[in-house]
Parts: sequence; C-alpha cells; structure tokens
Amino acid sequence: MVKVDSDMTDHTRYETVIGLEVHLQLNTRTKTFCGCSIKFGAEPNTQVCPVCLGLPGSLPVFNREVLNSGIKVALSLGCDIQKTMKFDRKNYYYPDLPKNYQISQYDQPLSGRGKIGIKLEDGTRKEIGITRVHIEEDAGKLLHSETDSYSLVDLNRTGTPLLEIVSEPDMRSPYEAYEYLVKLKQVLKYLDVSDCNMEEGSLRCDANISIRKRGAREFGKKVEIKNMNSFKAVREGLLFEEERQREELEEGRELTQETRLWDEDKRVTVSMRSKEASHDYRYFPEPDLVPFEISADLVDGIRRAMPEGPEEKKIRFAAEYGMGEKDIEVLTAEKDIADLFEGAAGLSGDRTGACNWVKGEVMMHLKERETDVKGLKLSPGNLAQVIKLAGEGKISNLVAKEVLRESIDTGRDPYSIVKDKGLEQVSNADALGEIVSKVIRENERSVSDFRKGKDAALGFLVGQVMKLSGGKANPKVAGELLRKALT
Amino acid sequence: MDNPKNEITNEIVEYAARLARLSLSEKEVAVFKVQLGGILNYVSQLNEIDTSNTPPTSHAIPSLLNVFREDVPVKSLPREEALKNAPDESDGFFRVPRVI
Repeated sequence: MVKVDSDMTDHTRYETVIGLEVHLQLNTRTKTFCGCSIKFGAEPNTQVCPVCLGLPGSLPVFNREVLNSGIKVALSLGCDIQKTMKFDRKNYYYPDLPKNYQISQYDQPLSGRGKIGIKLEDGTRKEIGITRVHIEEDAGKLLHSETDSYSLVDLNRTGTPLLEIVSEPDMRSPYEAYEYLVKLKQVLKYLDVSDCNMEEGSLRCDANISIRKRGAREFGKKVEIKNMNSFKAVREGLLFEEERQREELEEGRELTQETRLWDEDKRVTVSMRSKEASHDYRYFPEPDLVPFEISADLVDGIRRAMPEGPEEKKIRFAAEYGMGEKDIEVLTAEKDIADLFEGAAGLSGDRTGACNWVKGEVMMHLKERETDVKGLKLSPGNLAQVIKLAGEGKISNLVAKEVLRESIDTGRDPYSIVKDKGLEQVSNADALGEIVSKVIRENERSVSDFRKGKDAALGFLVGQVMKLSGGKANPKVAGELLRKALT
Repeated sequence: MDNPKNEITNEIVEYAARLARLSLSEKEVAVFKVQLGGILNYVSQLNEIDTSNTPPTSHAIPSLLNVFREDVPVKSLPREEALKNAPDESDGFFRVPRVI
C-alpha cells in the first residue's frame, strides 16, 4: 500500500479547491453616488466632487442605472434578486479611499445564489455556483514613484460603480477557473453593461485557492491571490500556487492563510506581509443611503428587455439555421459577431455566404488588427454588399476580399468601391480574349505542359489571366477560353 | 473585538487607533478611554427601552425607500478647488507619504 501511495502523482493525492471573486466596472455615464463622469482618460482629479472626495456634509444619492445593470447581470447568472437591499460601510484606511470607508453591501446584497455552466476538458458540462452579486464603489488610483518618498493620488476612479460577483468554491483546477472566467466574461459582454477588459481593469479577478487530501471533507488553508491582470495570469498564478501548496504539504510544512500577489515578471506568487493583518472592516449600515425595495415589476421589465444570451443564441442558431456546432461557436462567441452575421445574412439573403465571410475574412481581420467588431467600421449592410457582389459573380472572390478590406479601412460601401475602381468581374469572352492570347504567347512552357496532358498547367495559366486582369477576370470563363484555345 | 459590557479598555483604544492608522501617546490613550467610555455609556441608555416588539431597522425613517438619481453627468469641481484643502499636491495629484 505504501509503495502505491508514494508512486501516485501529486495530482491524484490532492484535490484543488478554487473560488473566484470578480469585480466588474460598469459602463454607466456617472459614478455610483454622484454625477461625476466616469469617462476614461481624463486629467487626474478632474472628475471629482464633494461626494466622491468625501468632503464633510456631502450626501450620496444612488444612480438608478447601476441598479438596472446590476439586475441584468444577476439575472443573466440565474441569481435570485433580493426584495430588499441596503448599503453598508466597509471601513479601512488607505489613501485611495478618501472617505476612509467604501460603500458596499454586506448582509443584504443585490442578489443571492445563481450558477453558470462551463465545459470541461472531456467535453462534459459542470455547473459553478454563484454565491452572490453585490454593488459597491471603486477606489482611486495610486502612483508610486520609484525614486522619491511620495505616492500620488488620482481620485477620478473613486466612486465608479462596481459589481462584485462571488463564486462558490466549486472549481477543482486552474483549468476550470479559467473556463469559468471566460464563460463569465462572455455572458457579461453580451449584456453590454461593461467593457469587461481585464488588461484595462474593467474586469478584475481575485482567487481563493486551497488544496486538500483527496477525499477530505474539510477545506485546506485558503490563500487569496491578487494582482492577476489577464486571463493568462489567472491560469498561471493558480497553477503556480497549486504546485507551491502541494510542495509545502509534501515537505511536511504547514500552510498559512494569507494573501499573495502574482508577480507577472517573475511568474511567482509572493506573500503580502501586511502590517495590518486584521480584516476588521467594522461593517455597519450606511446611514446616508436609504434601503431599496426591488419590485417584481422592475425585475420583470428588465428581464423582458434583456438581450439574448450566448446559450440561448446557440440554441436558436442551431434550430433556425441548422448550423454545425463549430460554426455556431464562432458566430456566437461575441454578441457583435452574431449581430454582424445575422444582419449581413438578412440583408444579403445569403446565409451560407454570410457564415463563410464572417468566420473566414472577418475573423481574420479581427485577429490581424487585434480589435473587436466595433473597431472594424464594418456595418452589416456593407458586409452584405460584399457577399452579394461575390455571390452573384459580379466581382471575383479575390477582388471581393480586397473590397472588404477597403470597406473595413474606410467605412465606404462596397458598391461604390467597385464602381469607382471599375472592379466588376469580366466574364465577357471578347473582353478576355486579348488577355488569354497574351498569356498563351508568353507562357510557352505551361502551354506545352498542358498540351502534353498536364492539367495542373491550366491552373497556372488561369492565374496569369487573373493577374493581368487585375483580379477582375472571371476564373471560370478564363479557364474555358484557355481550354478552347489550346485544344 | 468582543466587548459585551461596553467597557473601554486601553487595549480597545489602541486597537481602534491601529485600525485608523493613528499613533496615540499614552496620555492620549487615557483621555480617549474616558471620552469613548462616556459616549458609550450615554448611548447605552437606549438599552433600557424594550424593543422586543420592534423590528430591526437600519434607518430612522423605514418608510423612506428607493431614493435615486438619474444617470446624468453634472459638472465636477474645478481641480484647483478639489486640491485646495490637500496638505500637499503635485502635478494635479494629491501627494501623500509613500504607502507601498
């Protein structure tokens, strides 16, 4: 028995337990409790007022849109919206928090439990529980100079609305945590209530991770990891920490409950030895804000107006369009991609064409330009024109790709591009005759190859016709003309 | 920190000061112990009221609910105004002793 045990890998001896806390910055126009703008990129301390500066005598008033967005998010995660919610003060002292407390929600949050489904490596589905969604305000930004003994404080971000989405400790590997995060982001992005950009900080993730002997009922000592600023960092940070904890236990050391920071450069987690270890936030009800009753009418109204989520869209695409799973995955990955496809399919009347153009050329441009659909300047109408022009043979496929590129670059409509540049496909035998003769004259070798029975040589000759015609020749007609001339 | 008898000890004053990042002299601790104790004693008169039939509330006017503002931007403070009370500033930032 002992031998078997020592031969077992770490992976089978221990079980990993992970829970994630995600902070989502909402894209409302104004802050949570005052009318300051939350537009990104303003000069430091130009979007502040007595309320978010915590000046004496100022009073917070709750932004209605924050509640509406919060309800959307909670509904999309299948969470119970609570009938009554209130705000509480979470007290701590740090220069990014001018009031010395953060307005948050403690025992009466916006929502109770929900869940989200993820796909595991073996293709099976697993549900990850959501513990709660609550509303809180963001803190300011600190800049630490390398050289002098000061920190600089910009309070523009102070009071920006955040939703905290807390998961149950349901994930059993960094892979599952990563999948949960990807799925969560997809669902949230569909709602259009946040940019959901981890690199820019509009979506942030802290993780709690512990390991225990397989089969144990008690959880191990929990470590919180912070400072993971990308999806990749979350996966790597968790993989590192899982391994570190295993090693500690294997070598007979005790783990401590602590907060550790992910060091992106060194790719390790480092203990954050806080001088103030006690998490005594002294929560108490925020006396400056009244409680909120969330009526069933309000929730129903929001539910009815909610955009279709990714899972619903997948089901509908399968039923309505009879598409394969792979195509559906690509087309529903983001709401904007799905909308572009459906818009172009409707306007062009060519669903197959729209599917092929979106998953081919459009995806290629998204990747090449490292942008999203909004960054492409490509309307469904313009894409539909490309699909029609190519589908009806008015322009060759080669030209169609160039026209699409130009339309993406300039936002111009493809019909005008084709007309202005005279790019219509030439299918007329008389018009192509001269080019065909020229190609035959100038490519003796291929011509004789073809005559000797090498069919592939014809492909080369067609290519030459395409080249000389500036891509405008109809390749099918060119092929026929060549064949006729050479046999 | 549990304190069922509302008794303010030196340790409680020091603990509260630590949370608030204040450093107090022994003399100040003694002064605040008496003052905080006095406040607690005064407020604890409320304990004499029978509240067994009163539902808990977090606010004075339980009927006042759902006070919202619309999501419409208003003018922020001019930066000079915002920074005016700050003990120190630099390039439009508040400047504080290094915290990391």
